[in-house]
Amino acid sequence: MDLTFVAHIGIILVVFFALQMSAAVTVLMERKVAAFVQQRLGPYRTGPWGVLQPLADIVKLVFKEELRPRAADRFVFMLAPVISATAAFGAFAVVPFGAPTDFFGLLPEPIPLRVADVNVGVLALFAVTSMGIYGIVLAGWSSNSKYSLLGGLRSTAQMLSYELSYGLALAAVLLTANSLSLSEIVDAQKGYWLGVIPRWYVFPQCVGFLVFMIAAIAETNRAPFDFPEAEQELVAGYHTEYSSMSFALFFLAEYINMVVVAGLATSLFFGGWHGPFLPEWLGWIWWLAKVFAILFFYIWTRWTLPRYRYDQLMHFGWKFLLPLAVANLLATAAGVLYFGS
Amino acid sequence: MDVVLFYLFGAVTVGASLAVIGQRSPLRSVLWLIASFLGLSGLYVLLDSPFTAVTQIIVYAGAIMVLFLFVVMLVNRPREEALADHARNGLLAKGPRRSAAALAVAFLALVGWAIARTPERPIIAEAAVADHVSSVAQIGRELFTTHGFAFEVTSVLILVAMVGAVVLAKRVL
Repeated sequence: MDLTFVAHIGIILVVFFALQMSAAVTVLMERKVAAFVQQRLGPYRTGPWGVLQPLADIVKLVFKEELRPRAADRFVFMLAPVISATAAFGAFAVVPFGAPTDFFGLLPEPIPLRVADVNVGVLALFAVTSMGIYGIVLAGWSSNSKYSLLGGLRSTAQMLSYELSYGLALAAVLLTANSLSLSEIVDAQKGYWLGVIPRWYVFPQCVGFLVFMIAAIAETNRAPFDFPEAEQELVAGYHTEYSSMSFALFFLAEYINMVVVAGLATSLFFGGWHGPFLPEWLGWIWWLAKVFAILFFYIWTRWTLPRYRYDQLMHFGWKFLLPLAVANLLATAAGVLYFGS
Repeated sequence: MDVVLFYLFGAVTVGASLAVIGQRSPLRSVLWLIASFLGLSGLYVLLDSPFTAVTQIIVYAGAIMVLFLFVVMLVNRPREEALADHARNGLLAKGPRRSAAALAVAFLALVGWAIARTPERPIIAEAAVADHVSSVAQIGRELFTTHGFAFEVTSVLILVAMVGAVVLAKRVL
């Protein structure tokens, strides 16, 4: 068996386990940041600074009883969390997280650090993410409970509304980079303007980044847009009836979706794994730093801003964010046409 | 390898499409239709058109089917049988059913005849044709130049449907 093939399999396995780990780390980060925002200590008994807390959570979830309401549609009820988690993992496949490497001369030619090279990478990610909606919708329907159904309906409406702005914000970046492949977009952001400012697309595309980030928070159902699971109104929303590992799958999917969005934002707006000071083969450290900065932003937002009202959400999405995204796309197109890309 | 994948995706598409009409529950039908779309997008990838494949998933499986599901969810609940109103439905009486069956057989014969007339061709197109992967720029240029008229007419058609829906839903504007 040749080594390149082994390396590819290795990358797939590393990404799979690293994504699971990233969910655990993000949960811990969420609890710690939330605690500090609220002037508490957060988990601190399980290991130093509570670093073993995610492990304890997992053990607890594994040993819980798996419950299924009698009136639920058995097959669809089982299918829903699987769809959620699969879509979340699958979406990450096209995100590049490091410079092409030959592992210190081990391989005949360098291979890029990502699972799959699709020449329509951004759209593929978008497509897989849009499949994730089914997990939530089907969970809400199949549970046969009021709260779940309302949560499912809300999330469908919300995700459909914000997906448009999300897609248009992406399209503006694609126009600027003149490519659909994520690694080409990352490479186009290499270098500096005037020797100091990195050529990140967040500067020419600041409006696009704003729209992208707002829509992404709504897409991943996070506060202040966490209507599908607004606990004061809907108990837990679409996953009210889920317990044990099937609940854990939804939980995992939510956090991995955040990581995917952070990875996508890093590649599109923050120059991916390019950064100063470090040699190219350590680019993944820059990548991780940027991703965790965005994840921190996510958590910070959640514990700072109160939840919107549902009609405000729809109003904001359709009458402000979407026109803004369209205007940004048109302005970008005009700019690209005038200056050349 | 390509042939195996072709038969795999083909089987998924055809099987799922058959399952769509073989279901009592509308929600299951929607799910099978999504599976059929996914199989179809696999076939597009095999035809070296990843853009079409991805668009197929984003537009049909990702957006339109979610709306379908939305409606079905509001109308049906998991354990509701829709059998009761079958008896009252005039379209399901003996006469219409027989003529429908006759029509179906005639249609099947037509399709069989059409397939029999098609000349024999290899499943995977010749290497020269399959060589170039259709790019997004190419598709865009074709769409806005050669097929510009059809494109604009289609968008007007969609606009008409949208305006119609608004007028029907909102009597007082």
